[in-house]
Amino acid sequence: MTTLDAITLSVIEAGLQQVCDEMDLAFSRSAFSPVIAEANDRSDGIYSAEDGSVIAQGIGGLPVFVGVMQHSTRTLIEMIADGRCLPPDEGDIYIVNDPYLGGTHLMDVRFVMPVFRNGAIFCWLSNTGHWPDIGGSVPGGFSASATAVEQEGLRLPPVKLFKAGAMDPEIYAIICSNIRIADQRIGDIRAQAAALRVGEDRVLRILARYGDDTVVEAIAELRSRAAEQMRKRISAIDDGVYRGKAYVDSDGVVDEPLLIALAVEKKGDTLTFDFAGSSPPCIGPMNSVLATTLSSVYLAMRHIFPDVPLNAGAFEPLVVKRPEGTFLDALYPRPVSGCAAEVSQRIAEAVFSAMVGALPQDVTAAPAGTSGNFALGGHDPARKRDFVMYQLSGGGYGGNAGEDGLTNGCSTIGISKSPPIEVMEQAYPVLYRRYALREGSGGPGRLRGGFGIEYEIELLRGEARASFVMDHGRYGPQGALGGVDGAPNIVTVWQNGKAHVPPHLSKEQDIPLVAGDRVEVGTPGGGGYGDPLTRDPQQVLHDIEMGYYSLDQAREMFAVATTPDGRAVDAVETARIRSATA
Amino acid sequence: MNENNEQMRGAVVAGIDVGGTFTDLILLDGRTNGRVHIAKTPTTLRNQAHGVIAALDQTDFPVGEIDLIVHGTTTTTNAVLERRLARTGLITTRGFRDVLELGRRTRPQPYGMTGSFVPVIPRNLRLEVTERMEASGRVREPLDEDEVRVAVRALLDAGCESLVIHFLHAYANPAHEQRAADIAAELWPNDHITAGHALLSEAREFERGVTAAVSASVQPILKRYVERLRTELAGRGYRRDYLVMNGNGGMISARLVTREAAKTVMSGPASGVMAAAYTARRAGFANLVTYDMGGTSTDVALIRDAQPAVSNEIEIEYAMPIHVPMVDVHTVGAGGGSIARVDDAGLIRIGPESAGASPGPICYGRGGTEPTITDANLVLGRLDPHKLLSVDNPVTVASVAAAFADRIGNKTDLDGVEAAGAVLRLANLKMAGAIRMVSLSRGHDPRDFALFAFGGAGPLHATALARELAIPRVVVPARPGITNALGCVVADLRHDFVRTVNRPVADLNRSLIESVLSEQVAEGTALIDEEAITPDSITVLHSADMQFVGQTHLINVPLPDGAVDAPTLQELFEIAYEARFKVKLPEIRANLVNLNTSVIGQRPSADLSILIDPAGRAATLDGARTGTRSVWFENGGWAETPVYARDRLPLDALVVGPAILEQMDATTVLEPGDRATGDADGNIIIEIARETTR
Repeated sequence: MTTLDAITLSVIEAGLQQVCDEMDLAFSRSAFSPVIAEANDRSDGIYSAEDGSVIAQGIGGLPVFVGVMQHSTRTLIEMIADGRCLPPDEGDIYIVNDPYLGGTHLMDVRFVMPVFRNGAIFCWLSNTGHWPDIGGSVPGGFSASATAVEQEGLRLPPVKLFKAGAMDPEIYAIICSNIRIADQRIGDIRAQAAALRVGEDRVLRILARYGDDTVVEAIAELRSRAAEQMRKRISAIDDGVYRGKAYVDSDGVVDEPLLIALAVEKKGDTLTFDFAGSSPPCIGPMNSVLATTLSSVYLAMRHIFPDVPLNAGAFEPLVVKRPEGTFLDALYPRPVSGCAAEVSQRIAEAVFSAMVGALPQDVTAAPAGTSGNFALGGHDPARKRDFVMYQLSGGGYGGNAGEDGLTNGCSTIGISKSPPIEVMEQAYPVLYRRYALREGSGGPGRLRGGFGIEYEIELLRGEARASFVMDHGRYGPQGALGGVDGAPNIVTVWQNGKAHVPPHLSKEQDIPLVAGDRVEVGTPGGGGYGDPLTRDPQQVLHDIEMGYYSLDQAREMFAVATTPDGRAVDAVETARIRSATA
Repeated sequence: MNENNEQMRGAVVAGIDVGGTFTDLILLDGRTNGRVHIAKTPTTLRNQAHGVIAALDQTDFPVGEIDLIVHGTTTTTNAVLERRLARTGLITTRGFRDVLELGRRTRPQPYGMTGSFVPVIPRNLRLEVTERMEASGRVREPLDEDEVRVAVRALLDAGCESLVIHFLHAYANPAHEQRAADIAAELWPNDHITAGHALLSEAREFERGVTAAVSASVQPILKRYVERLRTELAGRGYRRDYLVMNGNGGMISARLVTREAAKTVMSGPASGVMAAAYTARRAGFANLVTYDMGGTSTDVALIRDAQPAVSNEIEIEYAMPIHVPMVDVHTVGAGGGSIARVDDAGLIRIGPESAGASPGPICYGRGGTEPTITDANLVLGRLDPHKLLSVDNPVTVASVAAAFADRIGNKTDLDGVEAAGAVLRLANLKMAGAIRMVSLSRGHDPRDFALFAFGGAGPLHATALARELAIPRVVVPARPGITNALGCVVADLRHDFVRTVNRPVADLNRSLIESVLSEQVAEGTALIDEEAITPDSITVLHSADMQFVGQTHLINVPLPDGAVDAPTLQELFEIAYEARFKVKLPEIRANLVNLNTSVIGQRPSADLSILIDPAGRAATLDGARTGTRSVWFENGGWAETPVYARDRLPLDALVVGPAILEQMDATTVLEPGDRATGDADGNIIIEIARETTR
């Protein structure tokens, strides 16, 4: 037991959290890339000097980065120790994006900086920012059909981009020669480095105020208390093995579903996650590296228990067996661009589906769980320039013990907003013909899933190529506890008036479009929660009134009949068909 | 200066602010031998006018002799937050009726896949018509006028009282919206028709649509209220026009306020900030962090160079953006009623749960059982148990301390007092962190600022927060508990304009900038001319919203005047950018996004020196002393501490902490070593003692 009093402990906890939140703020406020500045696709944290384990992480960071940087920081520490990497001096900042060295995909670029105290490293600060381009075969990096990491972009091992506070112009030049729109990256690099320096200043102030020994002791105590808190939550679950699964539609190259099989063993105060039986590594870019697989499990558990503090302690009772030989533990040179955006969400879905029976109050039916990435690249003859636009979209969330699922929620791993239609039409030669709630898409349940969206975009001028990295095209998000799956993702490309459906349903690259061609997308609805036959008929009536379901759908999905004008429940008929269906 | 203003000089002006719990009134009688009247009555939620009249009655001042009444109201705020809205219909571009429901693809919190969102206008009242503008403003598909008529009739049949017309790209070409509004006007039985572009002329269909929808759906409610109050006031003998505080910190005639009803959503917080700016400017402080702590939350705003920051991007709750210029007030979820608990890791957490007004803190005796920040102040001797407002059944300090021991202390190995001390310290730390994130962390040096503390609980915590934030001084105004009402008395007439330019600075010419700014000035001046009262003088403020090409964030760059050329603009931007982010980017070109103008009609200044009756002040410090009591301080624990009646303090007195300054509606705590002096307006200025090492 610690000698620290409860007050000092809480005060230091709040102080460390504040450091991370201020780093997040500093990074976002001055970043150039809209992906970072507006979509908050970034994260900042403090990591231990010994093994890189996470001490604190900003609340506003992109959820997919939960715990990721502890893996990259740990790898850096090991590489310094065994001489593969130069040791740091004060003011040095490493840059690294190698997926196999504790990362995600290449676009997530990490900066890592030591905080020195009396000549020794006290802790590490690290942040990740999603750069809008990192080179590779397609702008933006989300190739749906890459078969090796080299096709996905520039890969950087940890190297010192800043030496004694000054940027190394040679490394900078190498980076700029290998990425698109390089002239704007200087803005992100400075913002990313400045955020770490803000963090350094704040950490040093905390040390000066409370004393190094006290802070060290507090960090250890906070870690053990977070572990204890997670153990308490786990202990409340009945012992046993809980199974879940999820499918990735395909790897983008071979048209076969990839299975994530998950068995969660709860024993005492520990959960052991075993992915044995999952599909082997795939040819296309839907592989996950180990660090991302681990983080996806952590992320899912954080969605389930959002109030357990975020430090390495919270992860201690979560044992993830290394999924060797599966696509969840990809090794060089497997392509991995889909790991952070899509595979991570399927892993989280597998965790939700395994745990919802054990924790019905805390876990929802499956959410849409795809980033809905539609990219359109082409040439705008009116403006005489090339363009690449991204339409990221949301979908329905799963019904849950408290309420129906949210409509058009953000991806499980993100918190970013989608861009306004008006801004898209200003910037790109496209016209949105429709942007609407996707009726009928919410999975039926006692508490139904939220609704996906449907949109239709027309190319107005010139020629372009459409690419899709989405998921849940084959199977909709899973219903839970008797609830029904939400509607699957649908993509239709209209070329010269003829409909083309991607063979892999949710993934395809470089579909040629000419002016007048259209892209139609329907995103998944959330899974339903509980038996739809037990949904209050008055709620179904409200859903009908809002146009969420047709009269026929109400009858088929919920066994609710109305008067012919649809304005009142026909209680007798409803009772009849409900008893007949049951 | 006209006759009207000559009257105003010696005028009687009443400011009345309706808050969540209390309706506050301050009446400045500027006539010879006039004095200040103050009233506090419970807010009457169903019809706020009753509370307003009760407050006027409490003063016994003849209402017919009041020259001007200025009013801050939460009518629209409550209507939105509680979704008690007028039935409102939407007519929008075919294919886009769900924009208001889909939002921007978010969720309420980063972690946890739950939560819900209720659109302002339900789906069955959102209808589509054929029409389409392109982003350039070119008509792609003409407006189908018959469809508009059909939709209008359908919404009338559905019982709608208010109507929104919201078309894509109407900011670029409003012709269709205007035509549809004209058609609707022929059929609609009242004038509650809101065209999206009229409130906010900028791209972003969700934000513009929600702004219009909120405005339309509170408009009938605000109108009824404004008229009810007019009738009530007339019944008491006040027959003039009264003014209403807008969220931009200016006021506007009650006759005009309903045109842009959404602007009143931040009425209360804005008036508090305006009072702070006004009071502090007279006291010689131009840079402030305002800190208004109430029962359930704390409002924070930043004032630089005596100008409150204004934002076009306020979000009043999850996915509820109101994008019209309003004073940039941030709400921090900690107030006197915030509950302290020990979590299952044995750490003390403050909030986010609040005991609110009911049951309220334990010490209110309304059945509250969970310790709150207010309870901690009581246990630690900072609040006098005999002087608490709003107590139903007195509770002993010992039993409150026992609750701390039982609910906090047992799990953390602390006694009741230590537990209360821990709660106070952590609450201060949490508030300081939140305040820093929304103010100083945006590139400001705390040493340049003063903390302006008001609200019922602000002065209790101000010195501790200032120390935590490294802000060197605290200003506590003469009447901290009625600052919002004072804001009504001192606020100016104000109109704000935003025009989107969106061009690289290099492509700009001086005449474009000048013509935009001068049009904005002309429009604002014309609006002020419509008002019944004439200002002393008109002030114009210009600024530019700028960014580096490729960036999405805007930073606001104040412009010295309306005649700015491109190189000067570039230079001003670079200076502002470096000051904010400590980053220089000479490599990258700058973009001018918006040109903004505020036209401010200044009212005659109010004399604040009578806020505390000078005749009531004691001759010596001892004369103001009412006794001593034992007070707990973070540094040093319990200390027998002198207590002073704030209203009796000699103006030139120096009080050195530890000390407690009490007045009717607030208690100010001076920590050991803090030094407080008074000024001519009755403010207390506290120099914070440098932190001693610990």
